Amino acid sequence: MSTSFPREAAGLSPDSATHGQTPPPVSALRTFGRLMRAEWTKLRTVRGWMAALLGGVAAMIALGLMTGAQGSCTPQRCAQPTGPDGQEVTDAFSFAHQPLTGDGSITVRVAEMDGLIPADPGTEAEDAGQGPQRADGPPSGMPGLAPWAKTGLMIKDGTRPGAAYAAIMTTGSHGVRMQHNFTHDRAGTSGNAPRWLRLTRTGELIVGEESADGHAWTKVGEVRLNGLPATVQAGMFATSPQYSRVDDGLIGTAASGGPSQVTGAFDHLELEGDWPAAAWTGTKIGGPIDRDVSGFGLTGPVFRVTGSGDVAPATAGLAGIGVTITQTLVGTFVALIAVVVLGAVVMTAEFRRGLVRTTLAAAPRRGRVLAAKAVVLGGVTFLVGLVAAVLVVEIGGRVMVSRGVYVHPVTTGIRTQVVVGTAALLAFSAVLAMALGTVLRRSLTAVTTGIVLIVLPYLLSLTALSGEAADWVLRVTPAAAFALQQSRPAYPQVDNLYTAALGYFPLPPWGGFSVLVAWTTAALVVAAVALRRRDA
Amino acid sequence: MNITVDSLRKRFGRTVALDGMSFAVEPGQVTGFVGPNGAGKSTTMRVILGLDRADSGSALVSGRPYRSLDRPLCQVGSLLDAGALQPGRTARNHLLWLAHSQGLPGSRVDAVLEQAGLTAVARRRAGGFSLGMRQRLGIAAAMLGDPPAVMLDEPFNGMDPEGIIWMRGFLRSLAAEGRAVLLSSHLMSELEGVADHVVVAGRGRTIADASIGRLLADTTRGRVVVRTADPAAKPALTEAGATVTEDSSGTLTVTGLPAEAVVTALNRSGIAFSEVAARRTSLEEAYLELTRDAVEFRAEEAR
Repeated sequence: MSTSFPREAAGLSPDSATHGQTPPPVSALRTFGRLMRAEWTKLRTVRGWMAALLGGVAAMIALGLMTGAQGSCTPQRCAQPTGPDGQEVTDAFSFAHQPLTGDGSITVRVAEMDGLIPADPGTEAEDAGQGPQRADGPPSGMPGLAPWAKTGLMIKDGTRPGAAYAAIMTTGSHGVRMQHNFTHDRAGTSGNAPRWLRLTRTGELIVGEESADGHAWTKVGEVRLNGLPATVQAGMFATSPQYSRVDDGLIGTAASGGPSQVTGAFDHLELEGDWPAAAWTGTKIGGPIDRDVSGFGLTGPVFRVTGSGDVAPATAGLAGIGVTITQTLVGTFVALIAVVVLGAVVMTAEFRRGLVRTTLAAAPRRGRVLAAKAVVLGGVTFLVGLVAAVLVVEIGGRVMVSRGVYVHPVTTGIRTQVVVGTAALLAFSAVLAMALGTVLRRSLTAVTTGIVLIVLPYLLSLTALSGEAADWVLRVTPAAAFALQQSRPAYPQVDNLYTAALGYFPLPPWGGFSVLVAWTTAALVVAAVALRRRDA
Repeated sequence: MNITVDSLRKRFGRTVALDGMSFAVEPGQVTGFVGPNGAGKSTTMRVILGLDRADSGSALVSGRPYRSLDRPLCQVGSLLDAGALQPGRTARNHLLWLAHSQGLPGSRVDAVLEQAGLTAVARRRAGGFSLGMRQRLGIAAAMLGDPPAVMLDEPFNGMDPEGIIWMRGFLRSLAAEGRAVLLSSHLMSELEGVADHVVVAGRGRTIADASIGRLLADTTRGRVVVRTADPAAKPALTEAGATVTEDSSGTLTVTGLPAEAVVTALNRSGIAFSEVAARRTSLEEAYLELTRDAVEFRAEEAR
């Protein structure tokens, strides 16, 4: 065996071939490139690490594709109307209307609101003979108003579901509101029926006013309906949304509910302008064909309109139908566990056997070593996570549709936010765990801390924690970044169970992501200081 | 290329690890770094590599701090702990990431694997390696950047006799190629026949820093062994100015007189003897002599 190292065969650049000579300065970027390459080689050459990462995302994909959900939707049955802004809307209500040509106004007094809400399952036993509540059954149960039961006046561009409208209304418990085009909502006074309401049309402008006595009027709002034709349909409407009773227990949230209905009694009707029909037509607009509770009393002086449904943005979950693409990503937490373990272990493994001394002898600039490790780990988990998220959302969504589950369509922007956000959530969590590993040095401690800090809050918010506690946890812990997976906004004017399990988070997507980024940055700073200060 | 260590001081809590350690490692020779366990050898090496920070003093590689080197493995190759491996990674991949960190090609990895005699096991997981094989892998890692200076901490540990012979020859050849080699050991005997120069460390400082020849000469006090049955030998030699000790078998050990003077003194008194032999001090003895204070001090401290 030869014991010499022939220099010619070494393949070295000339600068190192001469003893004792200082190599020419090389750009920091090139040095960093070498470090990243070294860290990538380290990462890919431990089979267990790659297996953990790929196993984690495989489980995430599997959970997304093997959904237990089953529905009876076909695209025709469950498609939602499209609103003027191009978004999916719910447009189901009872409308006593007649055409109005040109400018004009309608004034009415909502004399009374009566309604039915589903019986409380806790007291159901007392309602003999009523039988169990069925979500799609006819509204039955006890008298009461859903908080967002609506009765009032509406001016609408025809009777097609999804057509532009402006409306002023009294509600079950949210006072007087002026709403238009499904997503816009403005509060008036907190007054209830009896209440005077008025809508005035001038060109494309609609002004809504309210009054307690029919004499002193207060303007609630003024909205513009772009492209409103000369002739519109105007009149009295009533609708009442899916009613949910949410019980925030000590552990978890229980919800029950079903359809509700409302009847508005209107009097003191006054019309101004050109109302050529001179008679009222009662139309049930939108809503399921197989369930009709609408009713009209169209001969004055007291008019009655009964309706069920909602005029609002479409939602998934309890208040609406179907699911969002967020629900296909239920398995994200498994991949998250995998990347947190991986992130912690790639660093603690160095400390465990003193390998960190070899690493730092090869690269004495410790901050750069940490940065290179973070970039490589983050980059790899991001790319793997991105592939997984795209597969889950695209294929998982199709699987759901094929099983008759309605999946709400989302814009390309939102879809991108959800899949890229999921990848970013995994990447930053891995880097956070790596920083924890740098500070804590021991595998068990670092992995446990990472899981408790990042994964556990999310799982608790899905299961054990309720309401405020869950929101709190999803605001301050790194799990806040799950907000990136929210694909549809939560609307205050739609009562729904806005929980993490249904894909709603307390912070906006980029707000939640910022929380994770802040955690990761802080942990990296502490890790860099610790790595520099301590002897290796 | 040389490595210079100047007045390094470092404490770990209340324990003084380095207390003014100073020496230089010159190119073209093997410098042995020897001292009892706890003398500060490993700490000194870690400080040279920028792994530990000294409280004061300097450690420079060709006049520059290690931390400022661009591709440090191409300047100083080192083996501190052969067990510092990721067990799941193969020998080749272990060297490959190191090569990549220095911008070196994979062909360089295959070259050092060949030199260290590890080609056959290159694709085996390092976790299954014996200590001797890990030492060879560590040597391969140290040679990856073809560095002009090499620093090895206790490289003979766990090596079989064949490995030790290989290692000695290998280290000699590195010096012959003009490299500076620093080799630590707690056993002076391991350095015999390898080191040209020895730095003896004790209690965190340099006790001796000299060539092997100087070290032996300095610590050699003439020692002559005399075998005789004549009880008059001892007083006769004492009279001649020597210090004489007698062991149980009657063999006299004479110090303070060269062998010729011993023979003259015995002849003058007409004493018959069967053997007079001059004994050269071994490196091990010289080392024990030098470090006696350090070890004794430590033993007392421990009490």
